[in-house]
Amino acid sequence: MIAKSTGAIGAHNAKVMNRLELTRRVVEKLKRDEAVIGGIGNANFDLWASSQRPQNFYMLGSMGLAVPIALGVAIAQPKRHVIALEGDGSLLMQLGCLTTVAQQAPKNLTIVVWDNGMYQITGGQPTTSATVADLVAIARACGIANAAWAADEADFDRLAAAALKGEGPSLIAARIDSKPGAEKIERDPVQIRERFMRGLGVKGGAASGA
Amino acid sequence: MTEQARANTWHDVVLATLKSNNVKLAVYVPDRVLTPLIKALHADPFFTTFATTREEEALGIVTGAWMGGVHGAVLMQTSGFATIPNALASLVVPCQIPALIFVSERGTLGEFNLGQAMVCKTMRPVLNSLAVENITITRQDELAFILDRSIKQAVATQAPVTFILSPLLTGGKVFSASMRA
Repeated sequence: MIAKSTGAIGAHNAKVMNRLELTRRVVEKLKRDEAVIGGIGNANFDLWASSQRPQNFYMLGSMGLAVPIALGVAIAQPKRHVIALEGDGSLLMQLGCLTTVAQQAPKNLTIVVWDNGMYQITGGQPTTSATVADLVAIARACGIANAAWAADEADFDRLAAAALKGEGPSLIAARIDSKPGAEKIERDPVQIRERFMRGLGVKGGAASGA
Repeated sequence: MTEQARANTWHDVVLATLKSNNVKLAVYVPDRVLTPLIKALHADPFFTTFATTREEEALGIVTGAWMGGVHGAVLMQTSGFATIPNALASLVVPCQIPALIFVSERGTLGEFNLGQAMVCKTMRPVLNSLAVENITITRQDELAFILDRSIKQAVATQAPVTFILSPLLTGGKVFSASMRA
């Protein structure tokens, strides 16, 4: 007999929260010019709506690569904390990157996963996290021991504050509702990249070390 | 004597040229032909070198590192190239990231694997249609010049570059008699 899944195995007690509100809770904790990488779609839109810090990078395409981009920034700037904001569908597209993060083990990297169990932006088709996949259990099995579901907003605050202390890598997963992203971002990849590099203290070609 | 002058294999030249251009990060999905280069990169503490699970993941990491001030290279085999057009078209090219992409060329000059051969046929048309600089390197006496100038051009013009390492340069993958049979 095959056991029937009751959905979101590890998260069944977690409260369903709102992405924009939680994004704001992340941003208000940032006091040291931490870098934030917003994943494609609604993760980006709510990051844009919550703040337009120069240390925010809004990934317009390349679904699944927010965590690898964040890992690259974390390796390049080990003294700066880096946060990736990623949706469940995007993370599921590039699960292998969790093992790379665990192997490299950057202390300055935090992954936040917004899990509403759907490909929201394409019409709400269910992701596998709606039924069978537990993203925190996956992260732990990939080697990110410091991975947890946020039970509610206060728990999310506690987990985020602990993650920012720099004993990562860590992953925080939050169950969220299906409310769309608050604002569409200005789609100008060069402007976004240029502003981000200046926000990180890296100016244009100076990064070549020339 | 400079490090480049001492270099006597193709992979010595690649390593020395990356180093002289301050390219400190090397991220790869493994390949038999690239193995001596990958081993040498791991052995040299100047470089941060590690494997990723997919080629597009490596491109994401190199993109983040560049924005954080560290220049990086991605190493892959030809079949792996087929996993990266989306990352090129929607991240690396529009964001103007001077990613250095090394592809060991399979699918030609004695290939037995149809999959490699098909990707080999599509690789250059994909790069050309994205207007991504791509240079096929066949001769070791041209290698240092091509790499050094092209890395500098990538940085100066904020554009990625692909180096396709031909079997004429690397020797390619040597197949056993049983594999040929």
